[in-house]
Amino acid sequence: MQPNTTYDVIIIGGGPAGMSAAIKAYEACKGKILLIERNDSLGGILPQCIHNGFGAVNFGNDLPGPEYAHRYEVELRKLPVDILLDTIVVDLTADHQVYAMNSTDGYLHFKAKAIVLAMGCRERTRAQIRLPGTRSAGIFTAGTVQRLVNIEGYMPGNEVVILGSGDIGMIMARRMSIEGAKVHAVLELLPYLTGLRRNYVQCLQDYGIPLHLSTTVNKIYGDKRVEGIETVKVDENLQAIPGTEEFIKCDTLLLSVGLIPENELSRKAGVQLDPRTNGPIVDSDMATNVPGIYAAGNVTAIYDLADYVSKAGEVAGQSAAKYAESAARRDLREHRTIRLKPGANIGSIIPQEVFLEQDQDHEVLLTMRPNALMERMVKIELTAGDETVVSFREQYARPAEMIVHKLKAKDFEKLLSTDATELVASIS
Amino acid sequence: MSQQKYDVVIVGAGIVGCMIARELSRYKLSVAVVERDSDVGMGQSTANSAIIHSGHDPAPGSLKARLNVRGNELWHQIAPELDIPLDKTGALIVAVGPEEQAGLRPLYERGKENGVKGLEILGRDQVLEMEPHLTPDVTGALSTPTAGVVDPFQGVLGAAENAAVNGVTFIFDAEVRGMIVENGALTGVETTKGTIEAQWFINSAGVHSDELMHMVGDHPEFEITARRGEYFVFDDSAFTISSVLFPMPSEKGKGILVTTTTHGNAMVGPNSDPIEDKEDRSVTKEGMNSILSGAHRLVPAVSPRDVIATFAGLRATGNHAPDGKNKDFLIEVSSTVEGLVNLAGIESPGYVSSPAIAEYVANLLKEAGLKLEEKSDWQPKRQRIPRFRDLSHAERAALVAQNPAYGRIVCRCEEVTEGEIIDAIHSPIPATSYDAIKRRTWLGTGRCQGSFDYPRTMEILARELNMSMTEITKKGPGSVFLYRQTKEEVI
Repeated sequence: MQPNTTYDVIIIGGGPAGMSAAIKAYEACKGKILLIERNDSLGGILPQCIHNGFGAVNFGNDLPGPEYAHRYEVELRKLPVDILLDTIVVDLTADHQVYAMNSTDGYLHFKAKAIVLAMGCRERTRAQIRLPGTRSAGIFTAGTVQRLVNIEGYMPGNEVVILGSGDIGMIMARRMSIEGAKVHAVLELLPYLTGLRRNYVQCLQDYGIPLHLSTTVNKIYGDKRVEGIETVKVDENLQAIPGTEEFIKCDTLLLSVGLIPENELSRKAGVQLDPRTNGPIVDSDMATNVPGIYAAGNVTAIYDLADYVSKAGEVAGQSAAKYAESAARRDLREHRTIRLKPGANIGSIIPQEVFLEQDQDHEVLLTMRPNALMERMVKIELTAGDETVVSFREQYARPAEMIVHKLKAKDFEKLLSTDATELVASIS
Repeated sequence: MSQQKYDVVIVGAGIVGCMIARELSRYKLSVAVVERDSDVGMGQSTANSAIIHSGHDPAPGSLKARLNVRGNELWHQIAPELDIPLDKTGALIVAVGPEEQAGLRPLYERGKENGVKGLEILGRDQVLEMEPHLTPDVTGALSTPTAGVVDPFQGVLGAAENAAVNGVTFIFDAEVRGMIVENGALTGVETTKGTIEAQWFINSAGVHSDELMHMVGDHPEFEITARRGEYFVFDDSAFTISSVLFPMPSEKGKGILVTTTTHGNAMVGPNSDPIEDKEDRSVTKEGMNSILSGAHRLVPAVSPRDVIATFAGLRATGNHAPDGKNKDFLIEVSSTVEGLVNLAGIESPGYVSSPAIAEYVANLLKEAGLKLEEKSDWQPKRQRIPRFRDLSHAERAALVAQNPAYGRIVCRCEEVTEGEIIDAIHSPIPATSYDAIKRRTWLGTGRCQGSFDYPRTMEILARELNMSMTEITKKGPGSVFLYRQTKEEVI
């Protein structure tokens, strides 16, 4: 098959990362840009996120998801960027061939000078946490229920238990309560809340929904439809404590047990993934190991706020446009880079590699995910060998919230003065 | 309630029932299959290891041995006829250590006695070259090249669809509650869908076949114990093996094996856990742990991190052991009542044996006086709905151009299109629930396990079946997904 059309940049995914990537890509090269989105509207997951909590960083405003997405969509629609909705990319090659299709245009084949991966993430499922019990109707991931309730307009249950204190789970606890369901409890395997504190207050406390920490589902009952679940307390090694089982009668079990970057296409194109994030390893241009393929947002790692996803998309879009113009990746031999490594109490960092430049305007936003709960003043340090390059304090460190830090000219100056190749981030 | 009369009624639409239905559809007979669930293959037929065993394992001289070896031959002929995916992988029975190594020769001899072709004992290096993921502790293996892997549901569906096209009637959601015996002859079964009469009844009710037998007083001593086996399915990017890997067999059975499904996912299991409740297909923590450690012994790369699905199936283990030692299939014309053929204790190797069982049963019926006159218009071939994922770019383009519904992906992990779903709903054995579509198209079986496709699939089902969204079920009556619309008043 010969390609139908050639583009400068093709962006795969029209969520917050993809939309901002498309805008910046066009602004940077004024070239031919195509954005491909599998849903029939732009915004990715945002149209179903009708709660607020979006835009504080980028708009200084507390917006609901659809409104946040709409603002980007309005900007994007002003530009001569081609947009294909209800279209799915089925194959991507390392040399930027994109195979896609929809029911109006049929099977499509494009070629691009550069690609931005912005496919987002998917929810962890029952199988991934190896939940014991029957396989009856009434077991859903929280995001699926969010779509069913908010977009399709249907209630999948009346008596609900939620496993996992992630944000979507807590938000759906509130949403289901508003729609008349009885949410009996939110269970959390870990000894601490995994979602944002503000969601605990606004979604659980305000609605009188109990949160049971160090508790999980021991068994699901019901052959055709869920009829109840047995909960069990777990010890510090997350092992069930015999004798602590309790039965809760319910017809629905919602799972909010984490998100995983969606990288089927990345794999097809030979993009190297980081086992810590399950997403592509990216440098501070959001470039992957495959020349001309960039990645941004939840496809690289799970972000806590959509605002930072949009920001990452901007970087990826701009870098992809530059690559499309010069058909060359930033030449690594002319630039020093430094690898970022997670140290004590840090789970992952994006990007994993940073270009060191002396340019006064050069800034790189680091997003770090703590993997321990520290409810006290903490010190975050970036160290190269023996030398501490960056050090700052935060009120606390929580796995639910990313720690964000912008590397600026003075940091780069310091880094360039060392011969370090590795920068270790840690929290103490 | 309706009154219906047939020449032959088959109770149970598992692989055995459907293979018999297909076999009988060759002849000028009116045949019906009565199934308590809403689809074919809802029991043990589709929750198992999906292996077309070579026949090296059953005791020589047993019905199991004979029908297994014959069934293996027949599968290689039937699979292409019915468009059923069958991977000719071969199998290795892997020995670890001198004690197990010593057991290879007797296994080889037993297989030879059963008539299995191509058996060979391989040395360590050869085995490791074939299967690099195998434990380095392996000392040797018995190679059984005639073993293969089948898509277990497509096997049942292929037989059922072909039978349906050739005139067999399928009656779903009809549970047999009683049997009508008049003057020593079984004349009808009472079902939840009314009384169904026939000249002959075939009891192929899987784990419940003992209960059916007992209804007419057959073999009161015969009892089926359900033995649960749990399985793990792995992400297709986790690790791959090319043949089926068995540990050395023990008294409990063939042990925890490592295989690759016809869909390309590695799969491990099963354990063997006798349970009271013949419906209990739940997965347990203990079971899952024992499977992982069992599989780990053969393939150290097995990691819980890559698991994408877990399921459990039940084996219908009977207590029929003609030699007093080895449990065998019980297949016979009833000596208590006229007009009944019992098939009981059809556990592994039941799946591979099923076409041979069908042949055997047709012969029993013939010997018992049923006239088997061949139809001139019997259609031996069946074609399954296109599988978008397996097509080349050019084939996909052609298919989408011809039917735009194939241009819309509904399940993105497994790349299942709306076209496939619509075709499944309007197939000879119509898919009427979410799980029925899942089994036919493999939708929702990938990494996201349906999270993305649920709402879309429900919409398509509702549209095509002219039902409301709140009537759509996961697996038949009682398993609805949605209770009501939002904004509806809660009473």
